[in-house]
Amino acid sequence: MTQIPSSQASQSVSVRRPFPLSHGTTTLGFIFQGGVIAAADTRASAGGLVACPAVHKITPIHSHLVVTSSGSGADCMLWERILIREIRLYQLRHKRRLSIRGTAKLLSFMLHPFKGTDVCVALTLCGWDKDDSVENLEETLGTTDDCSPSVSKDVLSKTNLQCCSGPKLIYVCSDGARLQGDIFSVGSGSPYAYGVLDGSLRWSLSKEEAISLAREAVFRATHRDAYSGNNVDLFHVTAEGWKQRQREDLKEEYYRDMEKKGKKIDLKMQKLPK
Amino acid sequence: MLSAQNFGESGKMKEYHYTGPVEHRFSPYAFNGGTVLAVAGEDFAIVASDTRLSEGYSIHSRDSPKCYKLTDTTVIGCSGFHGDCLTLTKIIDARLKMYKHSNNKTMTSGAIAAMLSTILYSRRFFPYYVYNIIGGLDEQGKGAVYSFDPVGSYQRDTYKAGGSASAMLQPLLDNQIGFKNMEGVEHVPLSKDKAVQLVKDVFISAAERDVYTGDALRICIITKEGIQEQNIPLRKD
Repeated sequence: MTQIPSSQASQSVSVRRPFPLSHGTTTLGFIFQGGVIAAADTRASAGGLVACPAVHKITPIHSHLVVTSSGSGADCMLWERILIREIRLYQLRHKRRLSIRGTAKLLSFMLHPFKGTDVCVALTLCGWDKDDSVENLEETLGTTDDCSPSVSKDVLSKTNLQCCSGPKLIYVCSDGARLQGDIFSVGSGSPYAYGVLDGSLRWSLSKEEAISLAREAVFRATHRDAYSGNNVDLFHVTAEGWKQRQREDLKEEYYRDMEKKGKKIDLKMQKLPK
Repeated sequence: MLSAQNFGESGKMKEYHYTGPVEHRFSPYAFNGGTVLAVAGEDFAIVASDTRLSEGYSIHSRDSPKCYKLTDTTVIGCSGFHGDCLTLTKIIDARLKMYKHSNNKTMTSGAIAAMLSTILYSRRFFPYYVYNIIGGLDEQGKGAVYSFDPVGSYQRDTYKAGGSASAMLQPLLDNQIGFKNMEGVEHVPLSKDKAVQLVKDVFISAAERDVYTGDALRICIITKEGIQEQNIPLRKD
């Protein structure tokens, strides 16, 4: 049984840790016409040391939800485990799968008692909400919190269908933030990843273009950020579920990039007037 | 010690700054040194540790090995704060017995690893200052190594070094066992004898350069026949 540690935020004496915990990362997720892409590097750094060069920062929760983790390695691993357990329990108790928004809310409320403590968790939930049949919706309409009781059921069911199904990207962190969006990048390498993504991301990208954009963004971030590096993990979530691409070593990508640049420089030299 | 900081720009020595009394808070932790290493092969696993127990500039004991036998197929190596190592191994032993009594079977290496992760995380806000590495055989009989950080994050590896000399040993293992950063080498699978020899060589190097590692080396070789122990002397200085 996973025991959630009791929150000791009320304790006045805090013990100073004699060792550094693993931190530092680049993870990103974005939505496009073909679903959700989640990408992350694989380096876990503890202080100045690379504690592990091959960590899994993207974990599947169920067939249609993966979560990218950033922050302290142990915290992310354990909280993902707790989340998987709670989602499974919900599914067994209520005979239906919890929506991505519900999952994010559950996670956010579970992390709330630890606000102000050392727990450092920043998760991006990337998933696909299945289309619920209207009968199911009418049963559960009473429990949805963002509907006012005075609105008619027909309008509610239409809006719920639109907002409940399809690709979803929600960012949850241990500070208490819970944000839904189309593009998120988390970690020490995120500014570099945002630069690349903001430049080229469009809704109409094809699957191959989206994957190569995600890989490029992680590659540029690992190039500039010391705490990100090694390999890149890529997950693609669609209505059929998540699919994982084979882990790629970014060292190869770097050499290919250098070769390309080498060729470009040669062309420039040829055009110089004599 | 006289360093460049004590001299100002003109070359004259700076005034001696009196910073005032410094209050030292009681720290519940101590660092007792020691290095642990584990390697997983096709049908064997090796867990090795040095046997020096030190604190500050003193050596408490030259015969305090850091490998603890958990089951017939699993050995754990714990280095860091010796008090926490002892308590942690006692807790793991108790939980192993409880599992055996309720489920009528011995815990597998993977299950022990998952359990240790939760035990460590239950003390997230006052951690066990222990670097753990579990070595053993999995259900298929293949070698398995699980490495942990002090708060419970863990991962299955092929090889891992932990403890005071880990930063020195890990790159060497990456090169010799993982064939990293080498071009045009044939990836030969590691045999048991070669692995044992490599472990001995690697610890001899660690004892040369790390003050907290030395005295003797205890190697536990885990195969389906059982656990075999070897003791090799190391530098005592």
